[in-house]
Amino acid sequence: MVILEIQDVSLQVNSSLILNHLSMEFQAGYVQAVVGPNGAGKSTLASLIMGLPDYRQHTGDILFEGKSIKNLNVDERARLGITLAWQEPARFEGLKVSQFILAAAKNKDKKEVDRMLEMVGLEPARYRSREVDKTLSGGERKRIELASILAMRPRLVLLDEPDSGVDIEAIDRIFEAINHLKQDGSTVVLITHSPKVLEKADYAFLICHGLLVDQGETTKIMEYFRGKCLPCPHQNVPEINSAAVSGGIR
Amino acid sequence: MKEDLVEEILESVNLHRSFNKNTPHLIINANEVLSSHQVEGLIMEPEGLPDGVKAKLRVKEGVKIGSPVHLCFGLLPERGVQHIIMDIEIEDEAEVSFMAHCTFPNAVDVEHRMEAQIKVGRLARYSYFERHWHSDEGLVKVVPVAHIELGEGARFSTEFELLKGRVGLIDMDYRTVCQAGSLAEMKARIFGRKDDLIKIREAAQLQGEGSRAALITHIAVKNQAQAEINNEIIAEAPLARGHVDCKEIIQDNGIARAVPVVEVRNPKAHVTHEAAIGSVDSKQLQTLMSRGLSEEEAVDLIIEGLLS
Ligand SMILES: Nc1ncnc2c1ncn2[C@@H]1O[C@H](COP(=O)(O)OP(=O)(O)OP(=O)(O)O)[C@@H](O)[C@H]1O
Ligand SMILES: [Mg+2]
Repeated sequence: MVILEIQDVSLQVNSSLILNHLSMEFQAGYVQAVVGPNGAGKSTLASLIMGLPDYRQHTGDILFEGKSIKNLNVDERARLGITLAWQEPARFEGLKVSQFILAAAKNKDKKEVDRMLEMVGLEPARYRSREVDKTLSGGERKRIELASILAMRPRLVLLDEPDSGVDIEAIDRIFEAINHLKQDGSTVVLITHSPKVLEKADYAFLICHGLLVDQGETTKIMEYFRGKCLPCPHQNVPEINSAAVSGGIR
Repeated sequence: MKEDLVEEILESVNLHRSFNKNTPHLIINANEVLSSHQVEGLIMEPEGLPDGVKAKLRVKEGVKIGSPVHLCFGLLPERGVQHIIMDIEIEDEAEVSFMAHCTFPNAVDVEHRMEAQIKVGRLARYSYFERHWHSDEGLVKVVPVAHIELGEGARFSTEFELLKGRVGLIDMDYRTVCQAGSLAEMKARIFGRKDDLIKIREAAQLQGEGSRAALITHIAVKNQAQAEINNEIIAEAPLARGHVDCKEIIQDNGIARAVPVVEVRNPKAHVTHEAAIGSVDSKQLQTLMSRGLSEEEAVDLIIEGLLS
């Protein structure tokens, strides 16, 4: 079942076309990846799906469970169950980790905070009373972002580079958390340019210069990405694989 | 009947369950002392005025008061003026901390004026935390004025908090003169709503060598509320250090103004200031909204954090 459909979406910022007639279908309950080199438009796509104010002026449409969400604000989309874990999460001076997680939590029981922190591999006693501010390392902040997402129990979550800044040991906890989201029935969209993260997906979309280049089984996309994208200097607009049509997992 | 009033005041500041009558304290309603308790080395001499209370407080030389002294200033009627005059002396090497609650739970039109003379002796320590409890509606005018003198090596800190309920009008004026090696820290955290008006003037004069001061003001205004912060540090002696930190958050049609004044009269002194006025950060707002909070809920949570 299609949970999210991107229909011919284009976005222009200051006369440059950042997303170029993108059409994609995301299937409910699967982990799907969006891969592409730096500057491909991955974070832009995530921001646009979330409905962030600077990304509302796009053409085309976005359907969530068959209904257009184009005119909904961020919080209205969130209340439908859509959420986004930022590539570079915001810092909040004075706000405690426990307050931050509980603000998102479906279950407002205080014990939920500890459960979520454990799930992302952060010792609750050491972290629950800390502030979500600059004193957290980049990797800690990413994991707290994920803890708040887990507490929300979203229907669809966009994880923008969940591994960036996270050390090797902690990456396994992130992968466990992704599995947990999937088992809990969430649809996960993994945004990445790391082959290791891409491996965790059931299906993948490859974008470059705002264009959908290819899509299909993860192994196939990974091969293409490794062979043609990673070595590519990204100076030319990509050739589009003729087989890349809108679809998704069938 | 006094017990009932004490109970009502304590309940309004959420202390009715935890308050211990044997802790040093002074509880005042309007111009009447309802309850007080002194401990060895702490002398409190309150006397009634037609519209308030005048009190002398003294901590004797070298005495360290172990538990915080609770001060409750209440005005339970809907209307009225309360004038508090305090003469505080912390003698050399003495140590005390105060926990003050100012409560006007039924205020319709209330004015609370406080005039304090505070002397902190050589190597003495003084800390004062003041929390205000105002009603959600109604008009409260709060006018605190304090003149503070710090002896050599004295440490002084004061913190003023008004986060719950309407501010009404607050017009604060604190001035401190610092002798050698002393430290003054003054903090205020206030959240203004509707047509609240917040005026703060804090000044520190660093007269003695190596004296230090920090004036920290964190204010948020929303709706039509206005804030004006005038903080001033004058450093006159070598190795004096000062910092003014003023942070104001504005939402809706609020207006905030910050006027930090720093003046240095000795080449070996150093004073810095930072003032930032702005709205709530949009990425923070969007993050919380992407977790399902409404814009209003998200703003309140961010401000709560910033003022904490
Ligand atoms: N507000 C903006 N104004 C101008 N250009 C923008 C804006 N936002 C994004 N871009 C440009 O759009 C392109 C896509 O950016 P985006 O952040 O979506 O890339 P990405 O695929 O997430 O890259 P990375 O892997 O580095 O995170 C980039 O070239 C970026 O510079
Ligand atoms: Mg990105």
